[in-house]
Amino acid sequence: MSENGAGKQLSRLEYERKARRRSLIIAGLSTTAVVGALVVLVPLAPGWPAVKNSFFNWEIFVRTSPTLLRTFLLDVAIFAWCAPLIAIWALVIAVFRDTRSPALFPFRLFAIIYTDIFRGVPVILVVYLVGFGIPGLGLPRPWNSPYLWGSVALILTYAAYVAEIYRSGIESIHVSQRNAALSLGLSQSDVMRYVVLPQALRRVLPANMNMLIALQKDVALLSFIGPVEIFRQAGVFKSLLANFTPYVVAAVIFLAVTVPATRFADTLISRQNRRRS
Amino acid sequence: MLKSPLIAAAVALLMTVPLAAQAGPECAAGKTISPGKLTIATGNPAYFPWVIDDNPESGEGFEAAVAYATAEAMGFSADQVDWVRAGFDESIQPGAKNFDFNLQQFSITEDREKVVDFSLPYYSSAMAVLVQQPTADAGAVPTIDSLRTLKWGAAAATTAVPMIDVITGSSNSALLYNDGADVVEAMKANQIDAALFDLPTALYVAAVVLDDGVILGQFPADRTENPDNFGMLMQEGNPLKECVDQAIQEITANGVLAGIEAKWLSETTGVPVIQ
Amino acid sequence: MPKLELQAVRKSFGDLQVLRGVDLTVAEGELVCLIGSSGSGKSTLLRTVNLLTPIDDGAILLDGTDISLPDQDPRPIREQIGIVFQSYNLFPHMTALDNVLLAPRRVHREPDSSLLPRARELFVRFGLGDHMHHWPDQLSGGQQQRVAIVRALAMNPGIMLFDEITSALDPELVGEVLGVLAQLKRDGMTMLIATHELSFAAEVADKVCFLHAGVILEEGRPREIFENPKEVRTRSFLERVR
Repeated sequence: MSENGAGKQLSRLEYERKARRRSLIIAGLSTTAVVGALVVLVPLAPGWPAVKNSFFNWEIFVRTSPTLLRTFLLDVAIFAWCAPLIAIWALVIAVFRDTRSPALFPFRLFAIIYTDIFRGVPVILVVYLVGFGIPGLGLPRPWNSPYLWGSVALILTYAAYVAEIYRSGIESIHVSQRNAALSLGLSQSDVMRYVVLPQALRRVLPANMNMLIALQKDVALLSFIGPVEIFRQAGVFKSLLANFTPYVVAAVIFLAVTVPATRFADTLISRQNRRRS
Repeated sequence: MLKSPLIAAAVALLMTVPLAAQAGPECAAGKTISPGKLTIATGNPAYFPWVIDDNPESGEGFEAAVAYATAEAMGFSADQVDWVRAGFDESIQPGAKNFDFNLQQFSITEDREKVVDFSLPYYSSAMAVLVQQPTADAGAVPTIDSLRTLKWGAAAATTAVPMIDVITGSSNSALLYNDGADVVEAMKANQIDAALFDLPTALYVAAVVLDDGVILGQFPADRTENPDNFGMLMQEGNPLKECVDQAIQEITANGVLAGIEAKWLSETTGVPVIQ
Repeated sequence: MPKLELQAVRKSFGDLQVLRGVDLTVAEGELVCLIGSSGSGKSTLLRTVNLLTPIDDGAILLDGTDISLPDQDPRPIREQIGIVFQSYNLFPHMTALDNVLLAPRRVHREPDSSLLPRARELFVRFGLGDHMHHWPDQLSGGQQQRVAIVRALAMNPGIMLFDEITSALDPELVGEVLGVLAQLKRDGMTMLIATHELSFAAEVADKVCFLHAGVILEEGRPREIFENPKEVRTRSFLERVR
């Protein structure tokens, strides 16, 4: 150790730099070792050729990718029209749930029952019930479309979850913010619209990003009532080719979207945490 | 059925001896997954008219009866047949299977043959177009031009899917479902006009499941490039295949198979053929 | 007629009687300081005037009209009464300017063309001319509190209530905020101020009221209260805080 303070500081910096370099090297080595072991050892397993042929068949990968990519556009489209509608409907439910006036109690009760039911029921049941059940009542075309009612099922279910997220955000806004706004003469609805919601929505953005990623995956549930999206198409290929590789293709396509989305959500979260601290 | 296993075994022995020359126990000996037993898989659930009441052990229903006839020709008595349930996915997954062969209307296709083995076909199925009465009333007739205008549905894991693309002349033209039950639901909800099933299934749905189901017509089995032949599915390279094939040849040659078909799938005649 | 008059105002939270018959008058242009220990009911009293807390009994008259009656719309009343809180309570998602403009825009529905010059003038007057477009978290506590005052003033209230507005500030920032109050006093604003800053009260108040256990125990000119308190409890309070 150096005698003087500056020298001490220098050696401390030096030490930290070394420690950082050492941990990087260790992380790199261990990762290489694990990946290497997987790449070397797994193919040595007796069943590997069969597994490889069933799940990682390059020929089938190439053959099915274009069609799967095309059907993925349907997933994207369903997602694109569901997400904003979920955001809006969930907001309505959340605001209903936050009403305090006794005259509006029926709305509040509705919101409570709604969120309880739709968070408790499996999505797939809602998809079946709404997707087959409502058109089954005798709606004419095109109003009985599985695309329409399947989307409605997703919106109904996801809005229940998102409404609860909104509500947690609304409740996290301190009462002093409401009081400050009320004391300026703003109406209850203006307080909600201009003071509470903008802060609440910002606060729950990361949680909602996670819901979006979950929605992106659950869009595939619409295939149960007819629409041929990527997972259904992969299933068709699987049955025609007796091979699971098309599912791997679908997974790769999904990951290509959800991994960046997840990273983006994480970035948002950390940025928000930095801002608040 | 005979109650005593001893008597049953004796009878079975008597019955199988004359056939032993062709596909007897010596062919299958040591090739089944459990010695002295033939393990057969079917769907869960198994549907009419292939298996009656989801109870293959009864031997009632076309595939149940075919299974027992095949077993017998291979030298297994009814008591030596064990049933298991396995879906399509379990049947094509890599690795050891828990059945000797699996029959649940698996169509034999070239692509599937690369991954699994199929027996010789035990049934050539016509594909049939199922609609509801209002669709027929609205002028749908069994011609390609008329069919092309309909909204189609089918079960996703069937060879009906590529066939619909052939009919409509475009790809991805159908709504697809997990199984026949969901196809029927979509039809009830009027989301699809027409569905493509194998003829026996279509007949069953039209008669029993739908209130106003109509078979518009059938595509003869040789109508398409790959006729829809049902084969028993086996693990790739299963040595039992030759024994199963011999047994099917035998029950085809001696008329047993035709008798079973006449008993369980007799209504399939008389459905108009699509031009 | 006094600008504000409280008559026998009572308020309980459950079993806890916070206000037990408060009588208080604030004349037009007067600066009244409320002093008293924590928990004596100062904050509650200000909140009842602003109708954030409904009273149980008594009356609150603003310009001679009882504003404490239930079943009336509190909004037009609140417009006439500005209040500033201990914790500033600026809206963190808006710039200082938007904080100030929100209520005039939404409540008075004034166009920005007439609002902006007035808001800018207020900012400049209270030394915030350079901070109009800053976000609250970019401002010091003293600056935030001054923005909160400007926000309340932007509604042109007839009376301002201040609830311990310097208590959350670092000591070196207290002066700039108290300076604003002195400036308002010169402009003739009617003010009711709950405060711990006794020297400030002694300097600028027209009247000081000592609130103790939910009643006004003693009131008078600052000199009377601070130099010659009549009540024992007032005396002991003053001894404790000095």
